[in-house]
Amino acid sequence: MGESAALENELVREVAAKKYEYGFTTDVETDVIEKGLSEDVVRLISAKKEEPDWLLDFRLKAFRRWQGMSWPSWGHLQLPEIDYQAISYYADPTAKARGKGKAEGEIDPELMKTFDKLGIPLEERMALSGTAVDAVMDSVSVKTTFRERLREKGVIFCSISEAVKNHPDLVRKYLGSVVPIGDNYFAALNSAVFSDGSFVYIPQGVRCPMELSTYFRINARGTGQFERTLIVCDSGGYVSYLEGCTAPMRDENQLHAAVVEIAVMENAEVKYSTVQNWYPGDSEGKGGVLNLVTKRGHLIGAGSRLSWTQVETGSAITWKYPSCILSGDNSQAEFYSVAVTNHFQQADTGTKMIHIGKNTTSTIISKGISAGRSQNSYRGLVKVLPGAEGARNYSSCDSLLLGSHCGAHTFPYLDVQNDTAVVEHEATTSKISEDQLFYCNQRGIGTEDAVGLIVNGYARDVLNKLPMEFAVEAQKLLGVSLEGTVG
Amino acid sequence: MSAEQQYISLYEECRELIAQHSAGVMNDLRDEAFGDFCRLGLPTRKVERYKYTDLAEVFAPNYGLNLQRLDIPVNPYKSFTCNVPNLSTALYFVVNDQFRQQDLPACAMPDGVVVTSLAKAAAEMPELVAAHYGKLAPTRKDALNALNTMLAQDGLFVYIPRNTIVPRPIQVVNILRADVDLMVNRRVLVVLEEGAQAKLLFCDHAADNRQFLCTQVCEVFVGENAGLELYELEETHVGSRRVANMYVDAAANASVTLDSITLHNGLSRNRTDVSLLGEGAEVRMYGCVVVDKQQRVDNNTLIDHRAAHCQSTELYKYVLDDSAVGAFAGRVLVREGAQKTVSNEVNANLCATRTARMYSQPMLEIYADDVKCSHGSTVGQLNEQALFYMRQRGISEQEARMLLKYAFVGEVLESIKLEPLRDRLRYLTEKRLRGELSACEGCKICR
Amino acid sequence: MLEIKDLHASVNGKEILKGLSLTIRDGEIHALMGQNGAGKSTLSNVIVGNPAYEVTQGVITFNGKNLLEMKPEERSHEGIFLSFQQPVEIPGVSMVNFMRAALNAKRKYLGMEPMPGGEFLKTMREKRATVAMDSKLASRSVNEGFSGGEKKRNEIFQMAMLEPKFSILDETDSGLDVDALRIVAEGFNKLRTKETSALVITHYQRLLDYIKPDIVHVLIDGRIVKTGGPELATDIERRGFDWIRQEAGL
Repeated sequence: MGESAALENELVREVAAKKYEYGFTTDVETDVIEKGLSEDVVRLISAKKEEPDWLLDFRLKAFRRWQGMSWPSWGHLQLPEIDYQAISYYADPTAKARGKGKAEGEIDPELMKTFDKLGIPLEERMALSGTAVDAVMDSVSVKTTFRERLREKGVIFCSISEAVKNHPDLVRKYLGSVVPIGDNYFAALNSAVFSDGSFVYIPQGVRCPMELSTYFRINARGTGQFERTLIVCDSGGYVSYLEGCTAPMRDENQLHAAVVEIAVMENAEVKYSTVQNWYPGDSEGKGGVLNLVTKRGHLIGAGSRLSWTQVETGSAITWKYPSCILSGDNSQAEFYSVAVTNHFQQADTGTKMIHIGKNTTSTIISKGISAGRSQNSYRGLVKVLPGAEGARNYSSCDSLLLGSHCGAHTFPYLDVQNDTAVVEHEATTSKISEDQLFYCNQRGIGTEDAVGLIVNGYARDVLNKLPMEFAVEAQKLLGVSLEGTVG
Repeated sequence: MSAEQQYISLYEECRELIAQHSAGVMNDLRDEAFGDFCRLGLPTRKVERYKYTDLAEVFAPNYGLNLQRLDIPVNPYKSFTCNVPNLSTALYFVVNDQFRQQDLPACAMPDGVVVTSLAKAAAEMPELVAAHYGKLAPTRKDALNALNTMLAQDGLFVYIPRNTIVPRPIQVVNILRADVDLMVNRRVLVVLEEGAQAKLLFCDHAADNRQFLCTQVCEVFVGENAGLELYELEETHVGSRRVANMYVDAAANASVTLDSITLHNGLSRNRTDVSLLGEGAEVRMYGCVVVDKQQRVDNNTLIDHRAAHCQSTELYKYVLDDSAVGAFAGRVLVREGAQKTVSNEVNANLCATRTARMYSQPMLEIYADDVKCSHGSTVGQLNEQALFYMRQRGISEQEARMLLKYAFVGEVLESIKLEPLRDRLRYLTEKRLRGELSACEGCKICR
Repeated sequence: MLEIKDLHASVNGKEILKGLSLTIRDGEIHALMGQNGAGKSTLSNVIVGNPAYEVTQGVITFNGKNLLEMKPEERSHEGIFLSFQQPVEIPGVSMVNFMRAALNAKRKYLGMEPMPGGEFLKTMREKRATVAMDSKLASRSVNEGFSGGEKKRNEIFQMAMLEPKFSILDETDSGLDVDALRIVAEGFNKLRTKETSALVITHYQRLLDYIKPDIVHVLIDGRIVKTGGPELATDIERRGFDWIRQEAGL
């Protein structure tokens, strides 16, 4: 990287003294269904969304599976008891506006304001150039921008509810194909009650002309968000997809149980980036989002590529393992993660790389940063099945501890069943050295800034994988999340 | 009938008989252990620490037990042929779980040193035994501890008093010997008081072509500033199942070296928990596993850093041939306040065939910030370039492969501080890698 | 510029400096010579305020201000620069980012606006030329993977960027070959003005061939035992330290 590129990339880091700045609420009339979960609720959600029977069946099947399942207990987490009957499973902030006779596509100005405030303008002319956005609040997609321009290329980018109506064959073929309905407790719950999310289809040989982005916002009180994202990238296609999330500050826990499925065909490439900044709870550990997410990509075609990049700074609890099933020969998967925990946050995050095809390669780079009284765990599985000739994996998991009351843990699982495989894992734990801090001090950089600088440097391998705007955002977040950790 | 039921019935029926042929201190804990076992049942593979070995399967067959303590005719010196030449040890024998009082070494031990039958020690010095027995291996949480505590009648007791240095290595040969399929429940208690130093060598052998199931619970106390080297060598046979738990407590400035070498076996599940309790304690753990056929070895370790300024090093290496299955799960726990901990853990594995399988799970769990901890794990094959280089120099491929495998495990063998033992193990390992030896020398069981 | 009076300092409870006094005026270059363990590096660390070193007695003033009350970064802002004996590596933090953070922190201290990006880049380029530093080096992480010579060159580059009033070269010559030494020394000489002063710490005459000192001090056992002109350095090169020891009655 040249000097000016380096500059452009990094000068933007300005660690300002601010708390969680997305904690406001939007005052908008919201159609919320009664709290509680039952088969009737599942039917009601499906009815409100005017879904076809096959999808209702899908939901009901999942719901019945979920009823017979129990909490996954293996995470290094202390999960609060969740009362599933105390949550509302559907909240639609756009319904009332529609009821008042506003035209299709017309958006309540309050909602527009909200997304403006979040830095996600929904007016295309004001939008970040080169990024199309699907904005989801609570259970409903508010607006998807740049649709027309994308349609010209044959790219489908819309909310999943619309996709069910307009592209039922595609949705039906792939929904639940990567993450089966009974995959795990939270995936089953999501499959039963999922509301909105994004759907992306990239046709054969098409490079998506712009970054696609979904912005998730939880607003209504006492609701859970259960979004569902499905990305299908056909042979030779390419897409870079970004996901951002925020929520208001509320003193109760909010449940977020999403499912993301990605199918990647022959020689296609998908990049999926997340900057997760759900409300983490206050400094006493009160409130915050419970982020219990299943994300998985299936590298179906030969030579397919999938890369997950995540910057996790928010949520009271993060339970998330974006995974890859490498079925296609010569397929390549990557997982890059920075997880920051402060105060009483808990994160148990990592990935699964399942090598099935020949000469498949996977790379895992994980950087955990713990501060305050938080617990930060990397948990990852690398599994090489007998047919995966020549499979390669390299994993590197580093932890940085700031303060003596936090925890940093590494739980890699290696399961190798092929003699031609090479699997390597390494992990280190460190703290910021006094020498580094003093060197910065001598050059005139104060301790707090020096910590920000060093932490960003530590996470650089991962931040560099993010698209530009996100990298800037992520660097800021790292600084803010760790404020006041060094005394 | 579930696997645990036969042991429950056995205990209910033979409670008196078991107690009658043991000693008070050991009997005192049986009923509680029995209650714990009934409550816990055998752990399923859903229990994190038993993920890689299905104990229900191991415990399902109906083995005989020698509860009446019938004296099994054996000449240990004859059965035991894998002696280590030039290693002048004080040699003791334990046949199944019975300590051989009649075959004591000629050499004298320093004053106060005790190496004897655990049951005998429990009867003769109940206070000393009671102060340690069952203290490290809780029956409350672990079914294997519970099962062993409720059934074990004898075993080994080693006691090294304060500031006593035992110059000669103490070698204990455990021989599995029976004319029927046999279950053995052996118990070992090792106590090193403050400033004591000793080297222990445990060799496991099987003398008969029978199915054996051996449970062993070993509790080791290493006092302040004491030094212990403990080597465990398993050379049994494919019909042998070994389920062993070892607990080591290391006090301040204690230095502990644990070497676990599995050269031949059927199924082995070794759990080793080391607690570093006082500042300056240090533990080095090494493991070397060379297996083939359908053999299985599951080493499960925990190093618990409870105090500041402690050090731990862990190195386990596996070579897996044929359809052998290896598992290594090593957890390093650094508790809050255990500052200045230095810990390094490495697990490296060679899968030599398509059908061999390796599970590796190194774990770091850290609650203190001023520490230096790392772990690494690899699964791979021999270096093809090195292989080619050697062949270019005229070494046959087979020989070159053997040499590379030998070099691979060599790192662990180099850790052995007893030179004659190290030489002997080099020799045995090389033979093992050449496939010449699928059993202990002089034994035809596994041919 | 810098005035040290009766300085006592210890590290890990062990007293290293035992009553050191030293005055450096504007524009002067002082050389401090002494054997290993004499306290040379302790002195430089104390001047820049390394928290690992404890000052037990004495005073240091810098342009009339009490230095001992200032944080390390404030001393830096005041214009004190230490070229470290062993510059530390900071993985992932690029030189660009690092230098900008340092420069703007100083400007803020001086009540100035942050330097605009374009101007900053231009300054970087200019100053880089001072020590003939490769542009690739500037985009790498701070000192990471730098050779010994590159690290020392990087120190001088940073000195050029921060334009200190008073610089300490702490064994900047150690581990450098003749060419590298010349480049580093020439770089330093280019940066000199009538107002800037320096303290050059070294074992050897070699560096002093390039950077001509006005005054030479000999430090033995935590105290300056002899002070002289440039010829003192040549004497030491020829005769070693023992004669000074004897002269001082040590």
